Amino acid sequence: MYNKGTIIPGLIIFVLFVTFPIWFNGLKAGTLPKPELPPGGEKKCVMPVEYMRANHMQLLNEWRDNVLRDDNRTVVTVEGKKYRKGLQMACMQCHSNKEKFCDNCHAYTAVKPYCWDCHLTPKEAALKEETH
Amino acid sequence: MKYAFSFLAVIALILIAGLGSQIPGMQYFFGVAIPYLAIMLFVGGFVYRVMQWAKSPVPFSIPTTCGQGASLDFIKQDKLDCPSKTSEVVARMFLEIFLFRSLFRNTKSEIHDGPKISYESSKWLWLFALLFHYSFLLIVIRHMRLFIDPIPFWLSAIEGVDSMLQIGAPTLYLSSVALLGGIALLFGRRLVNPHVRYISLNNDYFPLVLIFAIGLTGILMRYFLRTNIDIINIKNLAMGLVTFSPVITVKIGAIFYIHLFLVSTLLAYFPFSKLMHMGGVFMSPTRNMANDSRAKRHINPWNDPEIKPHSYAGYEDEFREFMVDAGIPVEKELSAAKDEA
Repeated sequence: MYNKGTIIPGLIIFVLFVTFPIWFNGLKAGTLPKPELPPGGEKKCVMPVEYMRANHMQLLNEWRDNVLRDDNRTVVTVEGKKYRKGLQMACMQCHSNKEKFCDNCHAYTAVKPYCWDCHLTPKEAALKEETH
Repeated sequence: MKYAFSFLAVIALILIAGLGSQIPGMQYFFGVAIPYLAIMLFVGGFVYRVMQWAKSPVPFSIPTTCGQGASLDFIKQDKLDCPSKTSEVVARMFLEIFLFRSLFRNTKSEIHDGPKISYESSKWLWLFALLFHYSFLLIVIRHMRLFIDPIPFWLSAIEGVDSMLQIGAPTLYLSSVALLGGIALLFGRRLVNPHVRYISLNNDYFPLVLIFAIGLTGILMRYFLRTNIDIINIKNLAMGLVTFSPVITVKIGAIFYIHLFLVSTLLAYFPFSKLMHMGGVFMSPTRNMANDSRAKRHINPWNDPEIKPHSYAGYEDEFREFMVDAGIPVEKELSAAKDEA
């Protein structure tokens, strides 16, 4: 074998790059996030759990476009219960804890939704009311 | 229609994974066994290929010289195109690996009316290649979010920059668009340019079609076919794979298994194909040698150490009498040589 001095370190660097997740995690898989169920005990949502888990961002995006761009604030009625289109007006009425419900999974998968650029969590909203 | 086979092969792979993963119990095969096999083939095959190259002797000093070599003091050397020192070789390799400098040249001869021949640099290949390779690199780095926990800030930063236009939800990644665009252009170049089309083979088309399909299935999974695509479950599986404790507890959509199977195919195919230019670019003697054969003797490793160098003076010493007999001019006359002895 020729040029051992450069080729072997090069191969070691390559293998370290490829196996990056293995040594970075140190064989610890971490804990799977568990979003907190509504503290109020509600069981029904606008859509089934599987759909919400996979598609909630698309639903929220659609609602955002409906309300802000198309001025379509039609109330969504699911099994007799009425929901106003909106993160604070609908979702957070039940899922009141952003940290335990939203952030849990988002942090786990490096998702940084920009919902909170405009929206307030119930806690923040209460705080604002106090100060004003 | 050389490229038709590549499309058929990729369609077959998609069908195998799409249908196979729906058979109960086969999720472990497609989600665990195949990815492990693929990554082992990738790393093992890559190291094997590089070792094979490292074992091959370089009999001659063969750097490509594209400019003025090191010469007399008053002649300006083209240090990047004809490097004579290791530092210059490193600079040349750096530009080659990170900016594809040799593709920037890519001169093409064309005959125009007249007849006149022109040699023009064709920049398209360089541009498409940059677009493709860098977006692919970004995508690979971005995928690390599924394989590591906790996620370091630099990964979130890359993610943020890549999705900075905030189009739709989940947000559109710019690199996804650039990757598909880059591949479509590279593929189109092989179809449109008659010279390149003539020399294109299935093993040129297949990786392009395969990577395009990988990008497409990824985009479909992220934005469109989201049924049973819960990122938490997918990360759980990915984390299991890299911590050697994989579990599949829930149903994951077929599109995910298709995507994973195509990536596995790419990894397994990689070391045994032209894609090894990833390692090969470091190993090319035409690029990684310095053009210093006049200053330093390049020893051919094949040389028999028993055969000693034979200078002209030594040659003349050995054959002087015969040369004089044959009337061949000699540097030292017979008498002078005898006096010395």
